[in-house]
Order: sequence, then structure tokens, then C-alpha cells
Amino acid sequence: MSSPARAAATARDGGEPGDGLVLDLDQVTKVYPGSPPVPALRGVNLAVAAGELVTVLGPSGSGKSTLLHLAGTLDRPTSGTVRITGLDVATLGDRALAGLRASQIGFVFQQFFLAEQASVLDNVADGLLYAGLGIAARRDSAAVALERVGLGHKLRARPTQLSGGERQRVAIARALAGSPAIVLADEPTGNLDQATGAAILDLLAELHTAGTTIIVVTHDEAVAARMHRQVRMLDGRIVSDTAGPGGER
Amino acid sequence: MTGTSRAPAAARLRGTDLARLALVGLRTRKLRAALSALGIAIGVAAIVAVLGLSSSSAAGLNAEIAALGTNLLTVQPGNNFAGSTDELPLRAPAMISRLPGVYAVQTTGTIDGVSVYRSPLIPTVNTNALSVAATSLSLPGTAGTSLAEGAFLNAATAHEPVCVLGAAAAQLLGIDHVYPGERVWAGNMWLYVAGILQPDVLSPDVDSSVLVGYPFAERSYGFDGHPTTIYVKAADPRVTAVDNLLGAQTDPEDPSSPDVSVPSSALVAQADAKGAFNTLFLGLGAVALLVGAIGVANIMVIAVLERRSEIGLRRALGATRGHIRIQFLTEAVTLALIGGAAGVAAGVAATALYAHAKGWAVVIPAQAWAGGLAAAVLIGALAGLLPALKAARLSPTEALWTL
Repeated sequence: MSSPARAAATARDGGEPGDGLVLDLDQVTKVYPGSPPVPALRGVNLAVAAGELVTVLGPSGSGKSTLLHLAGTLDRPTSGTVRITGLDVATLGDRALAGLRASQIGFVFQQFFLAEQASVLDNVADGLLYAGLGIAARRDSAAVALERVGLGHKLRARPTQLSGGERQRVAIARALAGSPAIVLADEPTGNLDQATGAAILDLLAELHTAGTTIIVVTHDEAVAARMHRQVRMLDGRIVSDTAGPGGER
Repeated sequence: MTGTSRAPAAARLRGTDLARLALVGLRTRKLRAALSALGIAIGVAAIVAVLGLSSSSAAGLNAEIAALGTNLLTVQPGNNFAGSTDELPLRAPAMISRLPGVYAVQTTGTIDGVSVYRSPLIPTVNTNALSVAATSLSLPGTAGTSLAEGAFLNAATAHEPVCVLGAAAAQLLGIDHVYPGERVWAGNMWLYVAGILQPDVLSPDVDSSVLVGYPFAERSYGFDGHPTTIYVKAADPRVTAVDNLLGAQTDPEDPSSPDVSVPSSALVAQADAKGAFNTLFLGLGAVALLVGAIGVANIMVIAVLERRSEIGLRRALGATRGHIRIQFLTEAVTLALIGGAAGVAAGVAATALYAHAKGWAVVIPAQAWAGGLAAAVLIGALAGLLPALKAARLSPTEALWTL
């Protein structure tokens, strides 16, 4: 418990349960059933403190997507412990996990996943649907989030009228709208050209500066190079972590 | 579950949000939704229209009967033990008119062995099943009919070869209006036509009769003067009492012999029973509903397949399995409900149109439209259940990352 990340987190969060870590993977393994069974994660330790901007880098098949699923509570580990904001995922049922995702986790996907027939504003507002807010409150928060990503002037537009970069900004706004403890981005620049991708990374860096905790999963070295902390994965293990050896217990 | 005090509980979806979700899902696939709702609409429309039309026609018939009056009683000779027909006593009409509450008594007496033809040249076998009957002089108002044309018999013409035609008799004889000198051939003599009656709903016997006066019938056809039908009008509150006494009053020696009936109640029963043959159409409606249900189930199965990424996204955004389940279930029920509402509207419109054309009151029984809507909702829920369960079971990672 002496890693710089943990120390920083504890300081920042004032020693809340779970050491102030937003995400804490402890000896996590994941084996997909089949014949033969496919081990995707083979004992991963990863701790992310509030306010960090982390990239998980690895070639396809390295287990980084599985890591993202587990970090996003979309899947459960075969063994080991996953804690989100100090809560052990294994102790939570489907409803509690969904509540956790609704309030604490924001997702950004490579394919954006925007509803084409709804306005930009409603796409973002839909991100708050399961947090229990009324429609007016959802739209207000959505408008604020869209302002933050620089799309305050396109609230009424349809996603089909936007460029790829703008669509990804909408998706980021959707992830941010509920002020989650952590934003998980899966190849956020994967469908974008170089310049647009760079602008998206700038946006993520900006949000990080404003205090948002972000994990970006990518196979792109150029993307990873811009991040503060880089976690490299290979064959289901973390092979390096620029947060120092403390990142790997 | 312990240690979850900080775990945020999953929020419940509000009704308005649920409705919005369901409508968005349908709006994005309008044509497909409309086509699958159509099946349900047709089924519900068929059921509503069948029930509405039979109720409206019964209401129309009942109104007609009520307009004619429900206080007409008829007495006809019954059969005796030997199986032959009794005769009504000659004094029966006078006896009946003495019953309290009775205000009109009229009689007809069918003359056996006399047939009526358009002319002597018609072969005698072509009787058209028409009968020649003697009548008292105020029959039409009492028996529930009136003159369509000409005049009824009076004290003078009752002695002469003059007749009045029932509506069906006039039609079968090919006579549609009265002109001077018009005549028909009955019992080897000419009868001059004085008038034609309106169709008689309450006493169809009158319709197929050619009516002559008692004095003429007795003189020319050797008629014995025994009435075969006595038409009795009683004051409304006394109808039941008169009905009970009529047998004894008609034939005190054998009170159970005469057949006493209230034609209007028989007609009311008949009107209400008309609904029975509609079972076939109701069955067809049910089949259409079943086909509609399969259509809804089909579109929902496809929707779940097509919208995996939406399901995955919603799960990532914090939807529970329950949220996904209720979303798809609501969508199916909404689809069916829209179909059902359109069906009810179409069924009511069809009923209203037809009833209006027929001059009936529009009657849609509550169980027709409420039942139609309820059936639609039930069908939507049943059809949507499996797809909704399937959608809820979908693992979020599978839904999002295997497209």
C-alpha cells in the first residue's frame, strides 16, 4: 500500500473506504469457457486513483478489452477482486452493479453507439436515464456536458449530421454527463483520422486536467504516448506500468 | 448482500420514460411496426364490428318492435289429443273483449280449400302458398300493420267480393298498386282488390293472406265462421294478466287447448338470438388476432437481434436486466395497443356506417371495445415476453463487442 498512486489517492479522497482508489484490480483472472478454455487475464493487479489519466496499451488478444469489461462491471472476474470506488463487485447483484454503472462509470466506445433518430441532446440525456433523473434534469446536465466538449451549439442536430470527431465528442459528453468517478474509453480514436483523433485526445487531456479520472484502452502507441501513465499488457498480464513497480503488487 | 451500503441502488424507470423508450423503438421502424400492428388491428376490428353490428341490429329490431307495441296477444287453435286441430269457439272474440284491460279484439279466419290466383288461367297448383281468410273490419291497427294503398274492408264491402291483400300476397300475385277494376281469382270467382297492406312484422300470417269480409266468406265460400287467429290488444300494465286468462276465456271447456302467444316477445328473443351465428366471424377475428400476435412476436425477435448494440449500450449506461426486459415488453404491448386502438376505431366506424345506413342506433357493447383492447394488450405481453427475456439475458459484453 505504498504506491505513489495509492498515496495520492488517499490524500485526495481523505481516506475513504477503499483507500480512495477509483479502480482496484487485485489478482484478477478471467478465463472464457470453451474447449480449451481461453485465459484472457492471468493475475492482473491495477490500481487507479481519482484524477488519473491512464492508458492500457497492448496488441489485440493481450486482454486489454477484457480488462475494460471487468473495470466497467460488464463482466465478472473468474477469480480475484475488482473494486470500483471501494465496492467489491463480487458482493453486488445485477441491480446494484447497474446502479454503479449508472452513477459511477462512463463509457466511450470506438463505434460511438449513438441513436441516429434522436437529437444530440437526447443522446446525451439518455446516458442519465438509468440514474433516476427526470427528463428536464437530464437535458440540463446533457447541455452542460455538451458545452464542455465544445458542442454547445449543436444540441438539436442529429448524429448523422455530425462528423466522426463530433460524434465521438457527443459520446464523451454522454459519458461525462453523470459526473462519473471514472470514464472508460475503448479505442476512442479507432474510427477517426489522425487529426480528429488528436483533437479527441486533447479533449480527454483537458477533461483530465479538470479532474476526471479516465482510462483509455488502445493498441495505438501514438495515443498511449500522450498519456500520463501507461500500462502495457501482453498475454493477459501487465508487463509494465509507468506508475512504477508499485502499480504491480 | 452485505457491505453495499454505498452501492447506488438501481433507479426505477418512470412511466413517462418507459413510454418514450417504447415509442422511440417503434418510431425508428415505422413501416415494420405498422405492418405488424395491422394484424392485430384487423383482428380487433373484426371482433368489434361483429359484436357492434349484432348489437346494433338487435337494438334496431327492438326499437321497431317497441314502436309497433308489445301489447299484442294472439290466440290460435291448439292441437287436441288426437293430433287434429281444435276450432276456436265462435263466441271467443266476444268473451275475450270482456276481459279487463282488453281494448281491441280482431279476428281472421282462414278459409280452407280456397286458393287465390292472378287469373283463372294460372294452373291450380301454383297457389303461392297464399291463403284466403275472412277478417273483422279493424284488423290492420290491431295486428300491427296499416294500409299501404287503397282502403280496408268496411261494413258494406264485407258483403261483396272485395279483398285486401297482405304485403307478401300482393307481391306474389304481382300487384304493386291498386287501380279500379283490379281483381284476383279465388274460389272460382273474381275478387276486387280494395287495398294493399304494409308488411306485418308482428303477424306474418296476415302478410300472406288475401282478406275478405266474414259475411261474404260465409255466403260465397261456405265458411263456418270459426276464427283461426284472434288478435287481442291489452293495456300495457294488464298484458301479463290478460295473457294468463286468455286461454280460459277463449275456451272455458278446455282452457289449455288454445295457443296464446305474445308475438313481440318472440321477436325480441329472435333478435337477441341472432348474435349466435356470429360465432363464425368471432372465430375469424380470433384467428386474425393470433396472426397479429405472431407478427408482433416476430418483429420483437428481430428487434432484439438488430438492437444488440443498443441493449449493450443501455446496460453499460446502467440499465438493469429488468430495465431491458420492461423496455422490450412495453414496446410490444404498445405496438399491440396501437393496433388494438386502430382496430377498435375501424370496428366502430364500420358499425356506425352500417347502422347509419340501416337507420339503427349505433350500439357498441362495452365488452367489445374493452375486450378488444384487453385482448390486444394481453397478446402484446405474451408475444413480447420471450423476446424481452432474451434481450434481458444478453450479456452486455457480448451485445457490445460481438456485432
